Amino acid sequence: MSPARAADSAARGAGIARGTRPAGRGRDANLAGRLGHAAFFVGCAVFVATLTLGEFAMHADTRASLERSGTVREDHRAALDAALAGHDGRTFGTPWTFLAGVGAAIDEANAELGGAIGSYDRGRYRFELARAATDGPIRGGEAWFLAFSVGLASLGALVTFAARARNELPGIKNDGNFHSSTRNRGAVGIAIGTALIAFYVLLYFRPEYIVNWIRLTDPVSRALKGTPASQWFFYGTLYTVAILVMGVRMMVQYRHSRYHLVRTASVMFFQTGFAFLIPAILEALHKPYFDFKHAWPLDYTFFFKWRIEELTSSGVVGWFMLFWGIGLALLLVPLLAFFFGKRWYCSWVCGCGGLAETLGDPFRHLSDKSTTAWRVERWLVHGVLVFAVVMTAIVLGNFWSGGAWLAGATGPVQKSYGLLIGSIFAGVVGTGFYPLMGNRVWCRFGCPLAAILGIVQRFKSRFRITTNGGQCISCGNCSTYCEMGIDVRAYAQRGDDVVRASCVGCGVCAAVCPRGVLRLENGPSDARFERFDLLRIEEGRVREG
Amino acid sequence: MGRKIVILGNGIAGITAARHVRKRGDDDILVISGETDHFFSRTALMYIYMGHMRFEDTKPYEDGFWAKNRIALERAWVRRVDFEQKRLELADGSFRPYDVLVLATGSQSNKFGWPGQDLDGVQGLYGYPDLLAMERSTAGIDRAVVVGGGLIGIETIEMLHSRGIHATFVVRERSWMDFAYPAEESAMIDRHIREHGIDYRLGTEIEAILPDESGRVRAVTLKGGDEIPCRFVALTVGVRPNVDLLRDSMLELDRGILVDGRLRTSVPDVYAIGDCAQLREPEPGRRAIEAVWYVGRRMGETVARTITGDDTPYDPGIWFNSAKFLDLEWQVYGDVPPRPPEGVGNLYWEHPDGRIAIRIRYRESDLAVTGFNLMGIRYRHEVCHRWISDGTPVPTVLRELGAANFDPELFEAYEPHVVARWNETHPEHAVPEGRRRGLRAALDVLRRPRTPRVGGAA
Repeated sequence: MSPARAADSAARGAGIARGTRPAGRGRDANLAGRLGHAAFFVGCAVFVATLTLGEFAMHADTRASLERSGTVREDHRAALDAALAGHDGRTFGTPWTFLAGVGAAIDEANAELGGAIGSYDRGRYRFELARAATDGPIRGGEAWFLAFSVGLASLGALVTFAARARNELPGIKNDGNFHSSTRNRGAVGIAIGTALIAFYVLLYFRPEYIVNWIRLTDPVSRALKGTPASQWFFYGTLYTVAILVMGVRMMVQYRHSRYHLVRTASVMFFQTGFAFLIPAILEALHKPYFDFKHAWPLDYTFFFKWRIEELTSSGVVGWFMLFWGIGLALLLVPLLAFFFGKRWYCSWVCGCGGLAETLGDPFRHLSDKSTTAWRVERWLVHGVLVFAVVMTAIVLGNFWSGGAWLAGATGPVQKSYGLLIGSIFAGVVGTGFYPLMGNRVWCRFGCPLAAILGIVQRFKSRFRITTNGGQCISCGNCSTYCEMGIDVRAYAQRGDDVVRASCVGCGVCAAVCPRGVLRLENGPSDARFERFDLLRIEEGRVREG
Repeated sequence: MGRKIVILGNGIAGITAARHVRKRGDDDILVISGETDHFFSRTALMYIYMGHMRFEDTKPYEDGFWAKNRIALERAWVRRVDFEQKRLELADGSFRPYDVLVLATGSQSNKFGWPGQDLDGVQGLYGYPDLLAMERSTAGIDRAVVVGGGLIGIETIEMLHSRGIHATFVVRERSWMDFAYPAEESAMIDRHIREHGIDYRLGTEIEAILPDESGRVRAVTLKGGDEIPCRFVALTVGVRPNVDLLRDSMLELDRGILVDGRLRTSVPDVYAIGDCAQLREPEPGRRAIEAVWYVGRRMGETVARTITGDDTPYDPGIWFNSAKFLDLEWQVYGDVPPRPPEGVGNLYWEHPDGRIAIRIRYRESDLAVTGFNLMGIRYRHEVCHRWISDGTPVPTVLRELGAANFDPELFEAYEPHVVARWNETHPEHAVPEGRRRGLRAALDVLRRPRTPRVGGAA
C-alpha cells in the first residue's frame, strides 16, 4: 500500500469526537439520528399509503352513514338515497374512482329535484359520501394509523433533534444549507414543494379525495369535541403538530439564544391554545368557531354576513367574540405595533408566522433579496390590503342595507377574494412555496394585516434593528438569512437603523451575524434614524430625525 | 475635474475609495482587479465553503450598482506600474493611463520556506482563488492540517470542521494568540477550540511537508518528530502586503508601500491604502500596517476626500475590532494589550461557565477607561467609544454599564457581576447597582455633552 493510501485509511479510522459533530453533511449520521430519519420516512410512507388503503364501497351501510352525518338536507334525502341505492354493491379502490362511478348519483338526484342541489351542497355531499364509503382496515383503526403515520414521523423527527442537542455544541447551525438538495431547491426540495402544493390543492379543492387522511384525525376530533373531523380540523391538527415538532427543532437549533427560545415557545403556545384547543372546546360547547388571535383583515370573513349573524346569535360569548375581533383589529393590532413593531404579531403570535418560523425555518435563506422583489412586494401587499378593505366595505355596506346595496357584487367579491387570496395565495402558495421561494411568500407579498402592521412599523413605532457602529464586515449573513428579503447588510454597513415595513422581528439576522452588529430593540420612536457615525471619519456626529 | 482616477484592487479599501470619490465629484473612476469581476466581502469566504452563503450573497452591492454609479470595473492582472509615464501595464500588454493612482492591492499569505510548502494541496487562505483551490483540494478528504494560530487559521479550522474533515491545528504559541490576547481570554479560546474536538497542538511548529508519489501532500512532520498524515495543508501564518509587483519600481517600499499621514506614497499622485499600505509614522499605540477591514474602509474614505480636494489627514480613530472563534464572539474597543502597561489597571469578570468575559482597562491615575475586551457578549460600539474618548471614569462607566449591553433582548445581563467584582477590589470607589440596559440608556450616554480627551492612548 502506498504511503498516500495508508494516510487515507488511517484518516478514515480517525473519527470525530462525540459532542463535536459539525452541522453540515453527515449531521445526523449517528445511530439515533439515523433511526430518527428512518422512523420519519416510515411514518410519511404510512401516511401516503393510507390515502388509498382499503376500499370504497356503496351499500346500505354507506347510505346509513351518510344519513347519520346529518349533512344531507331534509328535502334532498329521499331523492339522494334512492339515486345512491341504484349503485349498491359497487366497490372501488380509491376515492376518485369511487366518486367517478357513484358520484353521478348526486347529479341524478339533482335532476329529480329540479336543480335544488347547489354547488356548495354538491361538494359537501361528495365529501361525506366518500367518507361514508371508506371500508377496510382504516375504518375502526384510525387511531392506529394516525399513530403509525403522523405519530411515528413526529417521533422520528423528535429523536433526530434530541440527538442533535446531544451531539452538537450550541451555536449557529447553517453548515451545508446551500449544498443541500432539500434546502437549496435541489431535487428533494422541489419534490417537497410539489408535494406540499398538491396537498393544499387537494385540501382546499378536492377534500373528497383525501377522506382517509381526514379520517385519521377522527379520534382526536371525537376526543376534543365529540364529532368526526372536518377537513379543516384535519388540517389544523397537522398544522399544530408541524409547529410543535418543528418548533422543537427550532429550539434545539437556537438553544444558545433566549430570544429564539421564548419566541418559538410563544408561537407554539398560540397555535396550540388559541388556534387548536380553544376553537375545539368552543365547538364542543356548541359555540361558534373562534380563533382569538386571528385578526381582520387576515381573518377576511370576519365581517361577512354569516359570521356576524353567527356571533350575534350565540349569546354573551358570541357578542364578546364580535367585540374582541373588532377591538383586536382596530385597537390592539396598531397599538402593540407602535410599542413593539410588527413582530409582536408576525413572529410571536400569528399562525402563518408560527408555521413559517418552525416548518419554514430550513428555507428562510431562499427569500428573494433583489430590489425588484422589493418593488413587487410593496405593490402586491398593499394591493391585497386595498382589495380586502374594499371587499369588507362592500360586504358591510350590503349587510347594513339589509342586502340591498351592491347585492350583485357582494357574493362574487367574497368568492373571488376567498379563492384567490384566501385559498391560493395564503394556502397553496403560502406554504407550498416554502422550499421554492422561502418561508414568508404569503406574509411578504400578500398578507393585508402585514401591510397594516408594516405601515405602523415604518412610520410610527418604537421598534428598530440597531446597527453597531463600525463593526459590520459586510459578510452578508444577515441579508441571506432574512426571510423577508430585506437587504439588512445595506443598513448595517452604512450604520443605519433597520426600519422596514416588512421586518417581522424574527431575530435571525442578529443571531447569524458573526460580529454582533445587529440588535432588535424598542426605544424612542423619534430617534430611529439618528446615526452615530463611527464608520465615517467624522465621529460622533449626531443627526436629528 | 474629469481626471482619470485608477484604483488597483477591488477590496473594501479600494471600493470605499471609489464610492467616495464618485460621491464627491465627476472624475472618471476605474477599478482594476485580477481576483474577481465585482467587489465581494473577503471576510465571508469561509461561509461560502461552509455552505452558509453562495458567492453572490457575499457581494455587498448588486451588479448593476457600478454602472449606475459610473464606476468602471475591469478584470485584469497588472504586470507593472510605469510611474514615469503614469500608466499601468496589464498582463495582456495593454496600458491604462491614470492621473491619480490608488494602490489597494491587499495582502498575500506568508510562507516561511518550509520544505514542501508548494506541493499540491498546500496553500494559504486569503482571496477567492484560494477558496476555489481549497474546494478542489479538500474534496473527499478526511484529514487536514492548519499551520498558524490566528484569525485566518481559526476560520480555516472552522471551515474544515464543517465538512467533517479531521483537522490538526499546529500553533506556535503556548496559548491562543498570546501576543494579542490577555491570558484569561486566550485560555478561554484554547478551551473552546478543544471543546470542538479539534486536534489542537500548542507550542508546536512544523518541520516539513511531505509529498506522495504524485506531488500531492501526504503528511506533515512536526518539530520534535511527529508525523501527521493529511491531504490538505493550510499555511495561515500571517499575511504581508501584496506588493511584489512594485518592488523594482521607483516606489518606496518597506514591508508595504510607505505612506505619509495623508496616505501619499513617495510618488506624486499615487496613494496607497488598506492592507498594502505602511504608515511611515503611525499614531502612538498603533501599528504601521493594520490589515483589518475597518482600517481599509477608513483609509478609503480618507484618501477619497484628499483626492477630491479636501486634504484630510488619516485619523485611525479609537481602535476597535471583532472576530468569531468557532462559536465564540470577540469584540474589542480601545487598547487592550495582553498585559496592561505601567499605570493601567484591569477589571476582569468571567462567567462561571467560562464562555463569557468582560475586561475593562483604565488609567490608574484618574480611573479613565481606556479599553474593553469582550468574549461571548456584545457591546455597543458607540457607547464604548464615547466612554473612551471622554475618559469617563470606571465608576461612572459601571453605573451606566447596561447602556453598553448589545446582547439580544431576554439574554441574561451580567453587568451586576462586573460591578460586584469592582466593588470587591475597589471598595473605596464602590458603585451602586447598575442601570438597566437598552436603547434609552445608551442614548442618555450618547447625547451627553462631549468632554473629549486624547483618543484612547494609554
